[in-house]
Amino acid sequence: MGMNELLMAFLVGGVLCLIGQLIMDLTKPAITPGHILVGYISVGALLSGLGLYQPLVDLAGAGATIPLSGFGHSLTQGTLKAVEESGLLGAISGGVEATSAGITAAIIFGYVAAVLFNPKG
Amino acid sequence: MTNQKKQGSQTIVFENPPVLTSWATIVGPKEGEGPWRSDFDWVMEDYEFGEKSWEKAETKMLRETIKLAVSKKNYTPEDIELMVSGDLLNQITSSSFAARELQIPFLGMYGACSTMAESLLTAAMAIDGGYFERAVAAVSSHYYTAERQFRFPAEQGVQRSMSSQWTVTGAGAVVLEKGIYGGPRLTCATIGKIIDMGQKDANDMGSAMAPAAADTIKTHLNDTDRSPDYYDLIVTGDLGKVGSALVKQLFIKNGVVPEPNYSDCGVLIFNDNQDTHAGGSGCGCCAAMLCGPLLKKMVQGKIARLLLVATGALMSPTTSFQGESIPGIAHAVALENL
Amino acid sequence: MNTSADQLKKIEAQEYDDLVNQTKPKPTVLKNCIWAFVIGGLICTLGQIILNFFMGQGLSKLDAGSATSVVMIFLAALFTGLGWYDVLGKHAGAGSIVPITGFANAIVASAMEYKREGFIFGVGARIFSVAGPTLVFGFAVSVVIGLIKVVFG
Repeated sequence: MGMNELLMAFLVGGVLCLIGQLIMDLTKPAITPGHILVGYISVGALLSGLGLYQPLVDLAGAGATIPLSGFGHSLTQGTLKAVEESGLLGAISGGVEATSAGITAAIIFGYVAAVLFNPKG
Repeated sequence: MTNQKKQGSQTIVFENPPVLTSWATIVGPKEGEGPWRSDFDWVMEDYEFGEKSWEKAETKMLRETIKLAVSKKNYTPEDIELMVSGDLLNQITSSSFAARELQIPFLGMYGACSTMAESLLTAAMAIDGGYFERAVAAVSSHYYTAERQFRFPAEQGVQRSMSSQWTVTGAGAVVLEKGIYGGPRLTCATIGKIIDMGQKDANDMGSAMAPAAADTIKTHLNDTDRSPDYYDLIVTGDLGKVGSALVKQLFIKNGVVPEPNYSDCGVLIFNDNQDTHAGGSGCGCCAAMLCGPLLKKMVQGKIARLLLVATGALMSPTTSFQGESIPGIAHAVALENL
Repeated sequence: MNTSADQLKKIEAQEYDDLVNQTKPKPTVLKNCIWAFVIGGLICTLGQIILNFFMGQGLSKLDAGSATSVVMIFLAALFTGLGWYDVLGKHAGAGSIVPITGFANAIVASAMEYKREGFIFGVGARIFSVAGPTLVFGFAVSVVIGLIKVVFG
């Protein structure tokens, strides 16, 4: 099962990136990486809310969770779970709770990298 | 005619054309790898130039270029009466910070990449007007200072578009003096109008600037009653591959065909294999080409009449975010061996 | 009178736009897509290997996922600091933007770039220049979905 799992991660992850490339190359030139990231997290969160992202995660594992749409999926799933547990407050706290490790890691590693390294260009 | 120094609608003609008595250029490492290495005075080994930030490096590059141009005629900065200078950064800090140390009376210019021509013609007006005898016109641009102001952080993994141009790291300075010396003279100049054809792609400034270049060249030829072949070379500032292809089509539309004596500094400055996509841009682009190979060729007599048409795209990140189109401008200066 | 002049201008701008579109070099879409697919796929495969490792260590699926994100973000930060991620991004395009490593790269690159403006208002403020909008929209969508669930149960 190991190889198959890796292959699915490769294929689905690759296709998700390919879609991003097509958006950048074929639509307006003003689409920057920032727009792509915002788009993926939002669409991922939305699809997750509609119940459409979990099947992709079941199919492809990291192929669906590593792209930023997977981050959106985690946000939504965290929110939905917290709503079940604590209602309205959960709607506000659940998303960040579920993704806190990633967000904090990005900020801390970003800060440390800035301290340690200089931009080389 | 009450005004003899202006000819036609936008062209000023100098009574005693100021002489370009000395000039210098310092460029970055990538420019040094291009076809003109031996024509530049100095090629920087890295982008820091011994400074702590890229902005400081750009200031130093501009300052040293001016010092070098001045010292070539055995002047010191105190001998220079006026410094007309600009760059691409917010509040043109590279220029004012260079002027802070040089202590030359200073006029700051902003014309984006057209600043070299703008500075030259302003300095020439000050001299021909009889106010000054000796002035320096200078500009600078730096790939990384421009990149972080207008585009992305250096370490972000971004794919550059095929029409995007590479901001030249380079500074150029020209000392202009009253017309009692020998050398190339600045005989006339055409001040361009802003032309905006609604182009919005900040990664394709060549397309935004090409109509302005075509308009200024056409106006210049009309005002001076000259045909394109009057000049040995008509060279635009930094239209790059896309913009210069467009401007050639606009020439045909305008009934002006300066080919084959037309070229573009943005196309010339790099080799094709340097992966710049559409060529060079930035104030430093035409400044380095002018103060490097072009003026050298004028001294050697290979070019007797040169029309330099520096082009600028006058947008800012703010206006781009607000959905504004890019206003283009082009100023022409005629340099002639009389 | 004025409107007809405006219209003429519009037509001219449109004509010029067509000319620009003819002249502009097209992006090398096929090459870019192959790069994006392969690199994006490989990054996700690496993620799967790390995920499998953590699951093998007995972590729950959710915790293993979080740990994988942390490791991937660490690797992206390291590669960005060493000046390698932008070289990868030049070829891989969306292949290195879409994965969470691209998110980390945007954060780290912005933070590093503004080091010279100080560690509080340079690094501290700019660290969010790309990450900020991403989180804002991610949070907004998930909160709205949460509210919908609260209201409609």
